[in-house]
Amino acid sequence: MSRPGIRRIVVIAVVLLGLCGIAFAAIAYRPAIARVTRPDPRQFDPALVARGANLARLGNCVSCHQAAGGRPYVGGYPIKTPFGTIYGSNITPDSATGIGSWSPAAFRRAMREGVGRDGSHLYPAFPYTHYAGVADGDVDALYAFLMTRPAVRAVPPANRMIPPLGFRPLLAGWKLLFFDPQPVVADPRQSAAWNRGRYIGETLAHCTACHSPRGLLQQEKRGDRAYDGGWSGGWYAPPINARSPAVRAWTVERLDAYFRTGLSTAHAAAAGPMGPVTYNLARAEPADVRAMATYYAWQMRAAPAARAEPRLPDRRALAGQRHPEGARLYDGACAVCHEPGAAMMVAGRPALPLGTPLHEANPRDTIQVILKGLKPPVAPRGPYMPAFADALDDRQVAEIVAYLQARHGTGPAWPDLETDVAAARKEGE
Amino acid sequence: MIDLTVNGATARVDVDPATPLLYVLRDDLRLHAAKFGCGLGQCGACTVLVDDRPVFACLLPVGAVGARTVTTVEGLGSAAAPGDVQRAFLHEQAAQCGYCIPGMIARAEGLLRKTVTPTETELRSAMAPSLCRCGTHMRILRAVRRAAVMRGGGVVEPAEPVT
Repeated sequence: MSRPGIRRIVVIAVVLLGLCGIAFAAIAYRPAIARVTRPDPRQFDPALVARGANLARLGNCVSCHQAAGGRPYVGGYPIKTPFGTIYGSNITPDSATGIGSWSPAAFRRAMREGVGRDGSHLYPAFPYTHYAGVADGDVDALYAFLMTRPAVRAVPPANRMIPPLGFRPLLAGWKLLFFDPQPVVADPRQSAAWNRGRYIGETLAHCTACHSPRGLLQQEKRGDRAYDGGWSGGWYAPPINARSPAVRAWTVERLDAYFRTGLSTAHAAAAGPMGPVTYNLARAEPADVRAMATYYAWQMRAAPAARAEPRLPDRRALAGQRHPEGARLYDGACAVCHEPGAAMMVAGRPALPLGTPLHEANPRDTIQVILKGLKPPVAPRGPYMPAFADALDDRQVAEIVAYLQARHGTGPAWPDLETDVAAARKEGE
Repeated sequence: MIDLTVNGATARVDVDPATPLLYVLRDDLRLHAAKFGCGLGQCGACTVLVDDRPVFACLLPVGAVGARTVTTVEGLGSAAAPGDVQRAFLHEQAAQCGYCIPGMIARAEGLLRKTVTPTETELRSAMAPSLCRCGTHMRILRAVRRAAVMRGGGVVEPAEPVT
């Protein structure tokens, strides 16, 4: 090819690239919204603040916007993703490091469109894909609530993203692919409680963020795959749709009790990331919590246990023959609380075979409960289990899990248990 | 027969492998520092170190210890020659009835073997599994802070000023 020919191709390529860049910049560019002076906390109607407090509990904001041992809304909690670690931001009304200089319009844009006050795109770890459906009045109530919290000057650790994902304009591309905000339209065929529960659950409470599987770019799978089980902080969030593995029906009553106390006596205690969720729900408006129970019981209405609760086997002898070391370890470490007739059973804790983890498609939650134990999720008095991470090694935990599944499980045997114990140790918080 | 390494010495015991380590320590090896409290892993009175990590000896089957080393408070010093953590507890007069203290000391020792510069949050979460019904927690925390300094470190306060 002649030199002018090459030159022409280069020029055209540069022009095309430039046009693409301009087009992308046009899509990605969002203007900053001017700083405002921090609103005087006394200007907010106390009723609006109280409404916002309830919504913040339903939305479980502190799970990400509070570090372990830190203060609420100050941020700093690490959210581990396949693309790096993102730290929850400071959403106290400190003007320098929080959202004190954000106007209501800036706050609304962040909630609805995932754009910060300065015009930068927010990572979808902040679930604006859900908050886009929050009603105007509720966004304003949350704003009023947050702006009346104590202002704390604190900068969370910098995000650690795999290059080039630290370059936020790229998130505009993610939004083009996956951000398709849909309003939650009331279904007149359903009850007011069902509709309220759906509104809360699908928007502020963002339940699918953990309970739905995610795609390659961490987008939530929707449609038939919604509520089909997902991952959160090294724990498995089981399906809460027709494929719920629970062996007892999730009725409205049982879900309501579980949400408010962190314990369902027909299932198990709230564990892992679900613990803080119940802590907050226990402090939210009971009518709203019951509405969520109404909607999620409906989501699981076609689950196997909702149709017929199975008889639960106790294959003690067989499991002991197959996993003799697991049986010995269970006898020495677990039986004192979990065996029928043990003190904790007499105290009304759910029997081991009722626990949903033993019936899940993978062993992760059973392993995590053994490694990390349970903290009373809602109040100092509540379900507790000591952690065994330091007492037992990977092989020993795997032996116990194999024994438990052989004795009580209802699904196919889990393979590669020891590998998963090692992974659970690494991924768990 | 089960072989154990406890406080640097080896011991051979003839017990069912599902027997809790605590019973073996107290009944067979006559090491009475670790206490039976609840037997459910809820109070921490039985805490000992297994390979430098605090565990509830009441819930650890002796057969699961294997080659790991066990350390009880007897292994950290004696009444005549107390170890540094014990001296720190004495200095702060951290014991009331004393029942929880061997577990507390084991837990403190485990924390300080991991780091001599824990944060206050790390200190509190490390000590949280052990309960003291007398209410000497503040003195116990002071004792652990003192012990951290004695080991060349100290508890660092997380900086988070309020505006």
